[in-house]
Amino acid sequence: MISLTKPGLLTSVQDLGRYGFQKYGVITSGVMDQLAHRTSNLLVGNEENEATIELTLLGPVIDFEEDKLISICGGNLSPSINGEPVRLWRPILVKEGSQLRFGQCISGCRAYLAIAGGIGVPNVMDSKSTYLRAGLGGFKGRALNVGDKLETKPINDVSARMIDELSKCSGDENFAEADWSVASDLFPSYEKIPSIRVMKGRQYHLFSKESQDTFFSQPFEITPQSDRMGYRLKGPSLSLEEASEMLSEAVNFGTIQVPSDGNPIVLLADRQTTGGYPKIGQIATVDLPLMAQLKPGDLVRFVEVSHEEAQHLYLEREMKIQQLMQGILLKLR
Amino acid sequence: MHPLGDNAVIIEVGEEMNIESQKNVEILCSFFDTQPFDWIIEYIPAFTTVAVFYDPVKIQKKHKSDFLKFPYDYACDALNKILVELQLNETTEPRIVEIPVCYGGELGPDIEHVASYNGITTKEVMDIHSKGDYLVHMIGFAPGFPYIGGMSDKIATPRRTSPRLKIPAGTVGIAGKQTGVYPIETPGGWQLIGRTPIKLFLPNEATPSLLKAGDKIKFTPISNERYKELEEEG
Repeated sequence: MISLTKPGLLTSVQDLGRYGFQKYGVITSGVMDQLAHRTSNLLVGNEENEATIELTLLGPVIDFEEDKLISICGGNLSPSINGEPVRLWRPILVKEGSQLRFGQCISGCRAYLAIAGGIGVPNVMDSKSTYLRAGLGGFKGRALNVGDKLETKPINDVSARMIDELSKCSGDENFAEADWSVASDLFPSYEKIPSIRVMKGRQYHLFSKESQDTFFSQPFEITPQSDRMGYRLKGPSLSLEEASEMLSEAVNFGTIQVPSDGNPIVLLADRQTTGGYPKIGQIATVDLPLMAQLKPGDLVRFVEVSHEEAQHLYLEREMKIQQLMQGILLKLR
Repeated sequence: MHPLGDNAVIIEVGEEMNIESQKNVEILCSFFDTQPFDWIIEYIPAFTTVAVFYDPVKIQKKHKSDFLKFPYDYACDALNKILVELQLNETTEPRIVEIPVCYGGELGPDIEHVASYNGITTKEVMDIHSKGDYLVHMIGFAPGFPYIGGMSDKIATPRRTSPRLKIPAGTVGIAGKQTGVYPIETPGGWQLIGRTPIKLFLPNEATPSLLKAGDKIKFTPISNERYKELEEEG
């Protein structure tokens, strides 16, 4: 069991999302950065869809009441165990009685804490993700708070073997980090002004020529009115060639829509299922993890990618994750 | 057919929001409910479209021989075949769902505003609202939230200038020419004219939404006492 001594800014239990219920208006929820979440799970021997804990900007303080195999992936929120810094993107064996803390946010803005076995919360509509607004799923349907105690589920053979390996080198220390980590070509480097690849949206052609050019050339800033539902951006105003009303239709993770005030909104994990604003673009799935790590004040640039290229990049990324899975198993031979 | 990113496609089955488009959406949804393809993750119906979310990796693995085809093209081809086979523009009888509403009072604090805005009495607001012929065009925006068409212009009222922070679940409201029922507590600028004790969002049911696109709605006025009874029955 682990318990929270401090909750952090927004700490919630999430998995890859709730699918199959969007037709009823039930949003998917789920992690913002799927790559970091999946990797953190794989690094402790979990299935990639196990529930992890998503931490935002200011991390929590977590007490370990038992030995646990963990990994932390995503943004660097300066994790430390009993005062000693620990590294991201690798398995760590944490001993009973230790305390995990987070400090300054050095890069990105969200980190994922995976624990071997996965966080033990019930499935609600086939998912463990917290749907904050409807108060369902995750841990009691809400963000984690002081005093919350989380159980983890029984571990599998892979996790058990990792724990064995790490126990050998831990000695009397409070924790033991693996001497290997994920290859750096898999996880993104969180640049100052990232270039995010975007496909033209379904209503792209309705925007004025000037807006079309601006969208793919000027930087936009993430405003403080940004959350898990969507990022509101500030920058050059975008407008349609002529005002027109459209009917609401489905939106997707990474859809960029433009309300009549001209400021684009990027829809993210807690997006509504449908929307009625014109869609100027759609972020390529492979670049969503980069987008999800941006915080208010950060700048972003959009560069055009064809629809086929985006799909090609996606298939390539999935192959790399497969290779990571096999690589981890090889380590344990 | 139009891509919605690298893992979804929007199928357009009509140009305007009308009963024909709605029927076509419904026929397509019933077909997808039979889970015809394992590469389809889920779908989202709207007024004139159905968006299909698919797994490009599954398509690629299944059809290695078609390596020249992108998963998107494969998905479109398969869906196009279906559109040809399905008998769109066929009509079926809609389901009628009765929604009891306690109008006015504490549960509908804006009914007087709606009445005075339209120069009628609150009783007339209730009569006009409960006698309307309503069609659920789609579910979206919030879990189980119906986009309802068919409200009379005689009770149309603009949204409040400053939204309320909390509108309780079950509240029946008017915003412009639309009427709707809130399935969960949310902020909003709608004019609140009443409340229903029945639940539109059923998180523990296999079908978590009381309503579905294509349903007809009948709002039935009930008294405050009846409201409380029904609320206690759950």
